Amino acid sequence: MRKIVWLLVIALFVLHQDFWFWDNRTLVFGFLPIGLFYHAMFSFAAAGVWLLAVKFAWPDEIEQWADQTDAEDHA
Amino acid sequence: MIAITLAEASMLPLYIIIGYLALLIGLGLVSSAFFRGTAADYFVVSRSVGSFLLLMSVFGTTMTGFALVGSTGKAFTSGIGVYGLMASWSGLIHSTCFFLVGIKLWAVGKRYGYVTQCQYFRERFDSPALGYMLFPVLVLLVIPYLLVGVIAAGKFLQASTAGMFLEAFPLPNLPNGKPNPMSGGLPPWFGAGIICLVVLSYVFFGGLRGAVWANTFQTLVFMITGVIAFTMISQKLGGLAAASEKLLASNHAERAARTGQIGYAQFFSYCFIPLSVGMFPHLFQHWLTAKSAKTFRLTVVAHPIFIAIVWVPCILIGIWAAGMLPPTVNPNAVLGIMISKLVESPLLSGLVGAGVLAAIMSSLDSQFMCIGTMFTNDIVVRLVGHDRYSDHQKIWISRGFVLGVVAVTYAIAVMLMVQGDTHVFDLGVWCFSGFAALFPLVFAAVYWKHTTKLGAIACLLTTAIVWFVFFYRDIFMAKPEGAEGEALVMGMMPVTFIFAASAAALVIVSLITPRLPDRIVNKFFAPALHNA
Repeated sequence: MRKIVWLLVIALFVLHQDFWFWDNRTLVFGFLPIGLFYHAMFSFAAAGVWLLAVKFAWPDEIEQWADQTDAEDHA
Repeated sequence: MIAITLAEASMLPLYIIIGYLALLIGLGLVSSAFFRGTAADYFVVSRSVGSFLLLMSVFGTTMTGFALVGSTGKAFTSGIGVYGLMASWSGLIHSTCFFLVGIKLWAVGKRYGYVTQCQYFRERFDSPALGYMLFPVLVLLVIPYLLVGVIAAGKFLQASTAGMFLEAFPLPNLPNGKPNPMSGGLPPWFGAGIICLVVLSYVFFGGLRGAVWANTFQTLVFMITGVIAFTMISQKLGGLAAASEKLLASNHAERAARTGQIGYAQFFSYCFIPLSVGMFPHLFQHWLTAKSAKTFRLTVVAHPIFIAIVWVPCILIGIWAAGMLPPTVNPNAVLGIMISKLVESPLLSGLVGAGVLAAIMSSLDSQFMCIGTMFTNDIVVRLVGHDRYSDHQKIWISRGFVLGVVAVTYAIAVMLMVQGDTHVFDLGVWCFSGFAALFPLVFAAVYWKHTTKLGAIACLLTTAIVWFVFFYRDIFMAKPEGAEGEALVMGMMPVTFIFAASAAALVIVSLITPRLPDRIVNKFFAPALHNA
């Protein structure tokens, strides 16, 4: 699952370059230019992918490491 | 088309702004009551900040006045592509930096008690020289950013109060004989001074806790006022659909798309700019305030949504304005004009005024605080000795530096305002470019064990040199006619090339110079960190 999450993050980087809507002036819901709608949805998709990241790719061990000292590590 | 005339001003917006500033001072006083009297509390809130406060303070710190005023103005001139250029890239890349870099630096900072970036880099690369070289670079990159905030606040207060004090602060007519629209407004030096004093009051006494509390309040204010302004403007235009249809029927329908306004390469290369958050010293300090690694979760997920909430309404107001206002209007005045001419509500003008100041001050406070922290810990304590001063003395040294930094920044800002020098606003994007180009340094420090001391120094020096070459070319050299817009190189932002040079220097020099001893590197690459 961790790999899928990182693939999704990479996919977002690629999907940001939406050349297919570059000259499209269609209004979504009657008011939102489609290029703006796409990127607003992109922001929500980014939030969704980061939600998956914190759920499936979270560095759980880091908390414990941060609380330790070097002396505890070597013990 | 809306005609722009000078109207008699109501005092209500000023009263609302004064009330808002008084609330901020009160909040600062309350937060200082929670101060525990330790240096750790003053610099990093005893590493006790929870999820909600971290989200709001980090978001408030990364969003400047540009988020409300600049985004509307930029959409007015360049259309909807501005959202993809700045907002959706930032939503994705800021969260990436928080997740990949912020959490790890928080862990290292907590484990070894760091409060500044120089402390971390000096020990990570076992190089006091790197610490001393990094310090001036970071300070020099933050100061113009501070100046932009202070000058913007002064000018914004003048515009917000124009017409209120015609006898006290009259301005001569414009060269074309028309009355100066800023006449009767509070002079920028006065407004900037008030804003500096308010920010100083809560940072001086409350330290970073004061900034965190104030940022949370300010973030709520500028988010809510933005949405209220959007709702009222769209109602006055006959609803959302009617407003957008008017744009499509106007001579500026191209603002609803990107062709002819933003190029493919420019659009892509903007992705490098938000990487600056990985090296902002003020953001580094905010990361260290987190109570635990889990505290970052809400920030990582909600940050892109918060950006959409603030930016989408502003972009829509900007493109609607393109269909209604003359193209000669100053882009930074577009939001104010849309509110004053369409809604005609002094109440809303006052609320939005407070919102814009909130966005400006929520960045200023953290920057003042971080410079005071850096001078105290990276210079004074470093040179004199860590155990020489008590916590109480360190806090007062830091307060002295914060006071000094505010005074120096204010003095330079007033000097630039008196000279009418506008170059300082051009410096904003260069500050971001400089921090972004240093991103390879922090990323390699966190992820690449083979990064060497000389590799890190080469990265820093290369960034400084290449940055200066592009900066000089843009700011000091005469531009060809018709090239007044954004400085692009082969259609891309200059940061692309500075970043590439910085990364290449780091990798190449690290590969050919001696590695650091394992006992030093492993301190920062414990198995838990490395595998995370």
